Amino acid sequence: MSTAIAEVPVESRMHYLNASYGIKSWLFTTDHKRIALLYLGSITLMFFIGGAAAVMMRLHLIEPAGALVQPETYNKLFTMHGVIMVFFFLVPSIPATLGNFLVPMMIGARDLAFPRLNLLSWYVYITGGAITLYALISGGVDTGWTFYAPLSTHYVTTHVIATSLGVFINGFSSILTGLNFIVTIHKMRAPGMTWKRMPLFLWSMYATSVIFVLATPVIAIAMVLIGAERLLHVGIFDPAIGGDPVLFQHLFWFYSHPVVYIMILPGMGVVSELVTCFAKKKPFGYIFIAYSSLAIAMISFFVWGHHMFVSSQSVYAGFIFSALSFAVAIPSAIKVFNWTATLYKGSISYQAPMLYALGFIGLFTMGGLTGLFLASLATDVHLHDTYFVIAHFHYIMVGGAVMAYLGGIHFWWPKITGRLYHDGWARLAALVIFVGFNLTFFPQYMLGYLGMPRRYAVYPAEFQVLNVLSSAGASILGMGYLIPFVYLLWSIRYGPVAGSNPWGAKGLEWETPSPPPTDNFEETPRITEEPYGYAEPEHAHV
Amino acid sequence: MSESAAGSSLAGTSGRSVSPALHHQFEDIEQQREAGNFGMWVFLATEMLFFSGVFTGYIIYRSLYYSGFAAGSHVLEVDLGAAMTAVLLASSFTMAMAVHAARQGNRAMLLGFLSSTIILGIAFLGMKFTEYFHKWHEQLVPGLNFHPAVDALRGAPEHTVELFMCFYFFMTGLHALHMIIGIGLLGVMAILAWRGKISAEHYNRVEVSGLYWHFVDIIWIYLFPLLYLIGGRYK
Repeated sequence: MSTAIAEVPVESRMHYLNASYGIKSWLFTTDHKRIALLYLGSITLMFFIGGAAAVMMRLHLIEPAGALVQPETYNKLFTMHGVIMVFFFLVPSIPATLGNFLVPMMIGARDLAFPRLNLLSWYVYITGGAITLYALISGGVDTGWTFYAPLSTHYVTTHVIATSLGVFINGFSSILTGLNFIVTIHKMRAPGMTWKRMPLFLWSMYATSVIFVLATPVIAIAMVLIGAERLLHVGIFDPAIGGDPVLFQHLFWFYSHPVVYIMILPGMGVVSELVTCFAKKKPFGYIFIAYSSLAIAMISFFVWGHHMFVSSQSVYAGFIFSALSFAVAIPSAIKVFNWTATLYKGSISYQAPMLYALGFIGLFTMGGLTGLFLASLATDVHLHDTYFVIAHFHYIMVGGAVMAYLGGIHFWWPKITGRLYHDGWARLAALVIFVGFNLTFFPQYMLGYLGMPRRYAVYPAEFQVLNVLSSAGASILGMGYLIPFVYLLWSIRYGPVAGSNPWGAKGLEWETPSPPPTDNFEETPRITEEPYGYAEPEHAHV
Repeated sequence: MSESAAGSSLAGTSGRSVSPALHHQFEDIEQQREAGNFGMWVFLATEMLFFSGVFTGYIIYRSLYYSGFAAGSHVLEVDLGAAMTAVLLASSFTMAMAVHAARQGNRAMLLGFLSSTIILGIAFLGMKFTEYFHKWHEQLVPGLNFHPAVDALRGAPEHTVELFMCFYFFMTGLHALHMIIGIGLLGVMAILAWRGKISAEHYNRVEVSGLYWHFVDIIWIYLFPLLYLIGGRYK
């Protein structure tokens, strides 16, 4: 792709893509921008593998008795979908690509604090991914992405150890990324870049990094214990020989609930940038949006018990976890209200990234509000482990995180590649994805409410209409994801040259040429004004 | 590789005084030192949460199966454990002295204290593996070789003692793994010091390794009483 750009005479300037050539210059790079692209390629591959599993599940569920695969294969498909999408796509999605690219640029630094650790994190990710893919291809796993004991430790005969090893290794790539971001944001800010002058994206990256660093090691140890129990046949989690299976659920959800916020917080950061840019207005309540990211990260560590309302956890613990889960709604709602207030009286333009951002706000609100049904002790007993849960977290993770990820990719694509994509196609894709998404997952709320349990390969005939609707939506959604893949790749070669600031956005990353030079800025920037100076009359920054 | 290339291209533009030890992404050596130290502290926070999972498991099972955990604690060799604690604390002292020597730029003293820390670390591991060896002979290794003598159980159900031994091996094994990594790290520091790569201006790497070493010591300070001492041995 770098050769394509070099052919155009306008682009004779040196930048990070043409600074050096050859496969080695990519595989041994320590440039955060190149590592971001390495991640972008790898997680896109994982996204399509995980997506393929989802496509097969939705095809299978067209008929009540199952249309496509054996029930055992179906179990492996949903496990594959969950493991790949959660650990290998959603967790690294925004932090490892956009975060890697933007964190140093937004604070006016030349690179992250530890560039070699950053590269190492990508190799760790690739190793973990390769082991997991090996396990999934050589026979698969059928425990679900949750690996609940004693199912995972004693009953299934599939590749649990290899998969948990892959997840374990992959965890260290998250930890390294989080560590790098925290140190970079603390120690590498350019002169004048105070905390309260940082773009909101950085606040959300910081909050995400804290969760990376504090939650990921706990899943790592849980995975090791699962592996040890399977290997040595000792009873750490198996109740038959004195173990406590609920302990596994505690360890698992101590990571896996905060990890939900690892997925959504970066999305919130992206949306904060998009809404302010396309409303051409300062964010309403900057400091509230910033601190609500930290509040979400903090509270996220104390709500894991709401996954275990029906798992023999004490009722009093249930009360507390329920109340704390409601508390998380407060900072989340602050964000939604502030984005909405930012739009009020803004001069809004509906370019493709903004369509994703607006989609995010609506879908995240839906997903968040239905989360409250699940945080209530009484309704959760009815809805637990039904399609209602599936619909709820897909509204957050796909309607929220993936929409924001795509919005962010569309927003910073001109900065990353120096090229513009076709705006008409991009708007069409955003619309197709929004429609396809709702058609896929809204029926699942209804299915869950009517009592259809998750993770079953067959279902009663009366659920067929809603299931067919959902599968039809999935096919539209799948098409929607393919369109950007095509026109974004096309734009690298044929797209018009973007210029340094195609959106008229504020922020340090827009003051340097596109694509940026290897050291990001010609000289270290000095920051003298508040962020998002949209209200003032426009003056040229380039 | 791109680091060195970028560093040279940048030296002209920003007019910083460029020390060979300074990585290109930092403005000055002080910023680099702070970033290194802070990075290690953040890493130690991760490590703490990494161990917290097994500590939680230990506490829960100890409250569920007190008799099994008391019996398990009795089969451990408390004298050996105490000796290991003493050795490790001594190594913490020599490590602190090594950091002090590095800050002074005293190469001979640095090499001396680094190598004594390494030797003490290896001694600790030697004693640890001796104890593992004894446990194998007493058939107290869960999963692989667990057939304890009847009086070792002290009337507790066998699987609860096995669970204790599980946590014993898991926690001390994890700790030993960290020791091995730490010894490797100090070995690298010793080689760097030998080659004269560590100066009073640029001693940050020794300081950071020292933080890691002390952290691993502190983990043991919790493991020793939890595993060896709280079985009601001295009632």
